[in-house]
Amino acid sequence: MGISIDIVRKVARLARLTLTADEAALYQSQLGTVLDHMADLSSVDAAGLAGTLAAPVPADVLREDSPEPFEAREELLANAPEREGSYFKVRKVL
Amino acid sequence: MSQPDFELVAGLEVHCQLATRTKLFCGCVNGASGAEANTAVCPVCTGQPGSLPVLNKAAVELAFKAALALDCGLAGTSVFARKNYFYPDLPKAYQISQYAEPLAKGGAVVFTAGGVAKKARLQRIHLEEDAGKLLHAIGSRELDCTLVDFNRCGSPLIEIVSEPDIFSGSEAHAFLAALKEILLYAGVSHCDMEKGELRCDANISVRRKGDAALGTKVEIKNLNSFKAVKEALDHEFSRQVGVIEAGGRIVQETRLWDVEKRRTELMRSKEDAHDYRYFPDPDLAPLVAEPRWVEAVKASLPELPAARRMRYTEAFGLSGYDAEVLTSDRALGDYFEGAAKGLAPEAVKTCVNLITTDLLGRLNAESLPVGRCPLAPGALGSLAGLIHKGTLSTKLAKEVFSKAWDTGKAPEALVAELGLAQVSDEGQVREWVKAACSANAQAVADLKSGNGRAIGALVGAVMKLSKGKANPLLVNRRARPTRCS
Repeated sequence: MGISIDIVRKVARLARLTLTADEAALYQSQLGTVLDHMADLSSVDAAGLAGTLAAPVPADVLREDSPEPFEAREELLANAPEREGSYFKVRKVL
Repeated sequence: MSQPDFELVAGLEVHCQLATRTKLFCGCVNGASGAEANTAVCPVCTGQPGSLPVLNKAAVELAFKAALALDCGLAGTSVFARKNYFYPDLPKAYQISQYAEPLAKGGAVVFTAGGVAKKARLQRIHLEEDAGKLLHAIGSRELDCTLVDFNRCGSPLIEIVSEPDIFSGSEAHAFLAALKEILLYAGVSHCDMEKGELRCDANISVRRKGDAALGTKVEIKNLNSFKAVKEALDHEFSRQVGVIEAGGRIVQETRLWDVEKRRTELMRSKEDAHDYRYFPDPDLAPLVAEPRWVEAVKASLPELPAARRMRYTEAFGLSGYDAEVLTSDRALGDYFEGAAKGLAPEAVKTCVNLITTDLLGRLNAESLPVGRCPLAPGALGSLAGLIHKGTLSTKLAKEVFSKAWDTGKAPEALVAELGLAQVSDEGQVREWVKAACSANAQAVADLKSGNGRAIGALVGAVMKLSKGKANPLLVNRRARPTRCS
């Protein structure tokens, strides 16, 4: 099956990863192995079987709509690489 | 070739913030976007490692309501998916949305444009979370960085996608107005466009009239008011026709509506910008719309505007226009029904007039919503009853209306207190007419010589003598030429 080096580069770009030529080659072979495994799975006859993502959750285990404010917001802001007042501060994007 | 040879074809994508108390996947307060930055945030909505989303039941129910109110087919099971992209307003680097298996498919919005009833089909409705807000400038001061506020991040939205069934800017406007009305009635959202609770993107293409195939579509973002939607569609139609007429070709792109310049401008778009690599979110189980649950939600839906309009025209005999006005706001319709309760069928029309002129005029003047009207529906109803019974003239009713509004007193009490009851006593009216005739000899002469319009002067004089209390029907009958001598 395999995967082209162009696709590896595209996936890396979408994930904001910069790859060296060696890394790209390594991931090309590793991703190829993953896709081969998927191809093996696809070869199994599963006609008539419904897809299962996870056990469906009944409505009564959903969250009730009552506010539960998070008290330690300072800890969240402390995780910011930079902040200005109560804002998270990032590189200019516009 | 010119514009009349082309037609515009548009589909709208409407994002609507659900009126829940908390966000879609965490217990943070929903609707805190006006509060101090990052005060309604937690590990879940700021994407802290190890945090897990838990779906808000009320958000699901409101999404069900929207789907049922819009006649969509609810999916037995819908699946949450991750939409991956990098931008600072999205701390997890993916938005939880629904993709391959949305909450609902189909449905339609019926609206009236240019006096014609139209219908735009819906493609789908899905649930998703909102992103945070980015601040690039403070007032007019451009920042050298971007500031991020996650108060809105994780707020529950539904995205409603229409089919390309909209053919003009006015149709888009009417479509949105009808949609908003339904969402408000069903209590799905507060739909305040200024607060961003209702946002709209449009996909627009043009084609030569008679062509079946759609032209290349252009997406327009940043449509933050109904007016912007209408203007942007009209503008984009002219622009695209212009490009084609000049021998050019429309390219698929995303453009932004500039409210100030009133034109669309190309949005800088990055390569692969639309490669979102959706996949089912392993943190969330598929959502099952159990029939019993859906039935319970359905039972909680109120009567919707279209059904209410029909009932008003059929049960109360109202004109289409009056029914339209009264149902444009659920609270106003409720008010009308409260006021009309127990009124004789003929008095209902009087009641409607009081609402559409006096009440709406006063509410407007004081910028009050119907919900905060100081005059109770029952009081307005009894005022209509007093007019209908002949106790009050329409003119004096306005005075009573005003006094009742200001003092909160019941109309009947005010009529007694102010001595405003209409006088229908024949003897008294005859006295007034006599006095008016002797004081207006010229009018009497004119009347006798066949000038029927002269009666106005006599009626006016009687009203003055009676301080407006004389029953005008009796005055008219009394003041006829033959009786005026």
